[in-house]
Amino acid sequence: MAEANVNNGVNIDALLAAREALKNAPEAAKFTWRASCKWQNGTHATSTVQGFHGLGDEQRHKTQFSFETDHPEVFASEDHGATPVELVLVGLASCLTAGVATVAQNRGIQLRSVEAKLEGKMNLYGILGIDSDVRNGYDDIKVTFKIDADASKKDIEALVAQSQKRSAVYDIVTNPTNVIVEVV
Amino acid sequence: MIGAGHAGLAVSRVLTERSIDHVVVERGEVANSWRRERWDSLRLLTPNWQSRLPGYAYAGTDPDGFMSMPELIAHIANFATAASAPVRTHTNVTAVRRSDDGYQVRTEHGALECRCVVLASGAANIARVPQVRRAVPEGIECLTAFEYHNASRLPAGGVLVVGASATGVQLADEIQRSGRRVTLCVGEHVRLPRSYRGRDVLWWMEHSGVWSQRYDEIDDLERARRLPSPQLVGTPEHSTLDLNVLQAAGVEIVGRLAAIRDGRALFSGGLRNQFALADLKMQRLLETFDAWARERALDVDVGPPERFEPTRPPAASRLSLDLRRGEIRSIVWATGFHPDYRWLEVPVLDRKGELRHDGGVVMDAPGMYAIGLPVLRRRKSTFIIGAEDDARDLVGHLAGYLARDVRTG
Repeated sequence: MAEANVNNGVNIDALLAAREALKNAPEAAKFTWRASCKWQNGTHATSTVQGFHGLGDEQRHKTQFSFETDHPEVFASEDHGATPVELVLVGLASCLTAGVATVAQNRGIQLRSVEAKLEGKMNLYGILGIDSDVRNGYDDIKVTFKIDADASKKDIEALVAQSQKRSAVYDIVTNPTNVIVEVV
Repeated sequence: MIGAGHAGLAVSRVLTERSIDHVVVERGEVANSWRRERWDSLRLLTPNWQSRLPGYAYAGTDPDGFMSMPELIAHIANFATAASAPVRTHTNVTAVRRSDDGYQVRTEHGALECRCVVLASGAANIARVPQVRRAVPEGIECLTAFEYHNASRLPAGGVLVVGASATGVQLADEIQRSGRRVTLCVGEHVRLPRSYRGRDVLWWMEHSGVWSQRYDEIDDLERARRLPSPQLVGTPEHSTLDLNVLQAAGVEIVGRLAAIRDGRALFSGGLRNQFALADLKMQRLLETFDAWARERALDVDVGPPERFEPTRPPAASRLSLDLRRGEIRSIVWATGFHPDYRWLEVPVLDRKGELRHDGGVVMDAPGMYAIGLPVLRRRKSTFIIGAEDDARDLVGHLAGYLARDVRTG
């Protein structure tokens, strides 16, 4: 349980209270996340997020967040932003990191620093259509955490394991998801 | 009492001790599920000395061995006789309803009126099979653990075993030994060595007090109740049956079966974290045992602390498998069980169909009790040795209820 002197900036009491409240309100727990994307030119596109649905109502981020994506110059693109596959790594890294902070708070572990390095290995024979046996996406993703905290190595390993167990992006990346694409 | 398994008979014995008038109705024979719903080679995963029931200890010559099903059935039947349990066999319950001063238990041989009813009909009546079973391509034979008897009845060819509980690892091992190639889907699991520091791991569970931990002392009770059974097997060799042993035997380990799409089984890529979680939890449990042994100065009686190799990640873990290619000819679902309450016409189930109870005292149904469910009152509740303490607690509550609830009638 949370200890008073541990502060990772996570309001664990509010989270635990929400967990209790949602136990008896299954509809409120159903969220819809949204993103919009607008093509700019070439492989450059701009995506934004702001509104989402949850707790039985429409919700909004305080401001609209915007993300540029493009491909680097070695792909003969103009490199206006990260590649979409890098954004997937960003999503995974930030989800696991937020999880580490939350679980640490819940377990009374004070964090001093958390750094993650991610590597995703990909064979371009897939997306280029050179070899149909090669998949488009990552073959392997490796996440390496460096964590400085008031805890034993084993407790830190348990923290990182629990963060994976409760991570939405980790689940999305490791398990299949139905994707429906329509044109209107 | 509904059900004459070890748990129901334990309650009957304690009721008799306290001279509380009762009857045990049983759909089949004493120890019916053990007679009809288990595979041929199964042995208990608890050692014989742990088959103790109220007033009835194991008296055989092999206290450290593991009972086969015929031995266990004889043990329970002998207990029923010794306890003079008033069992009505072949009396299937068709409905349990509220009545004016208690409950009416309808059976195929007439109705019984009672002040109290104890549900001892088992925790594992129906095999839980995930939705993905609907997407299994035609031509692949699907079996649950109830339908599996022995490997020779399976079609020749590869077998996909789904689930890595005690059932899953035992069936994977047996089927692989039959010469069929086994692929085992592994999600959340509980790893345990058979022996630790020279003693059976369940000796440690029992003596260190871990098994006696009460349901109201457990942080996440819901999780504890959902936990898969530990990866243990009862063999004369006292061998460990974890994922490393299975891999060495040639079983291919893949991640949790997440979906079957266009005939392809898709497995989770989160296998390594499942290994990490199970290894960490086993490690933590063994450290609990070590601390207990140190406190009790038992270190002289038992071997030195042991540390086990982490679960080895498979060299190349497959993320998908084409079920139409003929490599897999049958699928064994070892994905758990749930109780059958279809005859229970009292609104005591939650939205997921689980019984709402506080340590076996059913909520919103005074005079109704349950026994033999996972972590009912203690971690050991579903094991044979766990029946006695739970039965004594519940009968204590029941006797108090009967004494308080004196009505004119």
